[in-house]
Amino acid sequence: MSLPTASQTAGPYWHLIDFPEWADLTRAGGPNAGVAGERIILTGTVTDGDGAPCADAMIELWQAGPDGAYEAGFHGFGRCATDEAGRFRFATLKPGPVPGPGNSLQAPHITLAIFARGLMHHLTTRAYFAAEPLNEADPILALVPEARRGTLLAQPVAPGHWNLDIRLQGADETVFLDI
Amino acid sequence: MSYPPIPAGAFPPMDLPSYGSTHKRHPDQPPVRIPHTLTETSAPRFTPAAYPAHADMSRHNGRAAMGERIILAGRITDEDGRPQPGVMLEVWQANAAGRYHHARDQHDAPLDPNFSGQARVFTDAEGHWSLTTIRPGAYPWRNHHNAWRPVHVHFGLHGAGFAQRLITQMYFPGDPLLELDPIYQGVPAGARERLIAKFDLDVTKPEYALGYRFDMVLRGRLATPMENPT
Repeated sequence: MSLPTASQTAGPYWHLIDFPEWADLTRAGGPNAGVAGERIILTGTVTDGDGAPCADAMIELWQAGPDGAYEAGFHGFGRCATDEAGRFRFATLKPGPVPGPGNSLQAPHITLAIFARGLMHHLTTRAYFAAEPLNEADPILALVPEARRGTLLAQPVAPGHWNLDIRLQGADETVFLDI
Repeated sequence: MSYPPIPAGAFPPMDLPSYGSTHKRHPDQPPVRIPHTLTETSAPRFTPAAYPAHADMSRHNGRAAMGERIILAGRITDEDGRPQPGVMLEVWQANAAGRYHHARDQHDAPLDPNFSGQARVFTDAEGHWSLTTIRPGAYPWRNHHNAWRPVHVHFGLHGAGFAQRLITQMYFPGDPLLELDPIYQGVPAGARERLIAKFDLDVTKPEYALGYRFDMVLRGRLATPMENPT
């Protein structure tokens, strides 16, 4: 048995592996072209402990398809670079509910992994959809102290457009998940 | 199934006083431990058909890059030594002069039009991978006075579960900058040395290029209680 290889920061020059089209999971000619579902936009701003935008972060998205299954007809991976204002923007299909531990059901959610200069290993969080009835019984949300649960709830800002800001440190810090 | 927690002593802390960029970016709150669900134990399916491999960074558009051509090779296993097939590796690095092909890298060193500094390879059925590149150069950064990054290559790994996702850096043996580098030194002793590749004559190709071996271990010890019934 051996220890897993240590994580190291992605640094400021990870954009050599940035392919901007990966931020649009619904792109024409892409792996999900023609897949039926509710098209959504997920945006957010990444800020540091001073509230300053993180302009060099890499956000990876991982989600189930509209039917709640992973990698069965819907390729649920995306990547987006934050811009000079710390903003990211994904276009995707809204995921369906996913089976949870035991006989539980997880509310629709999108996993976000944050990589950046200064992050010795990536941070993982989830975007749930505010006002979704299934959130009440979600087994993962239930593990998050109620006062901080809101940091995982994307809010509707326009029809089909959801926003979830990510605060790395300080007051109203995003809940990160130890997976 | 689930993956056990990252063992103590394997990963660097998020808050590294000697690495300035961590100061305002590390969370103050501990992460919330969650049980692994399908979300964490499944992972994006990357195939060479959809994500074409290119394993030779030493040439670009048919022209040879400047610098010392080298071969990097290794094997990816899990914590129990099981080979990890089908892992997609994303690799990026500076050129021989220590300059990234990146708009924000303003280090006064020449760009090489024949070096893009990015590769993508997959492990085979036994977990083996290899690629050809140019030995990168060291470069200065602004973390502290006279700060220089040791020569390194960035590796991003996509395994069979999203909980295995890993980005790390590979270093070269004998680099005097290693003992001065807060990013390398931030990894606990005993774990950090494993980020250093080993010169390997078996990877070296006669009359062509020196070879280095860099084996990596993805987290994971699959719970398989039925395997050894007692």
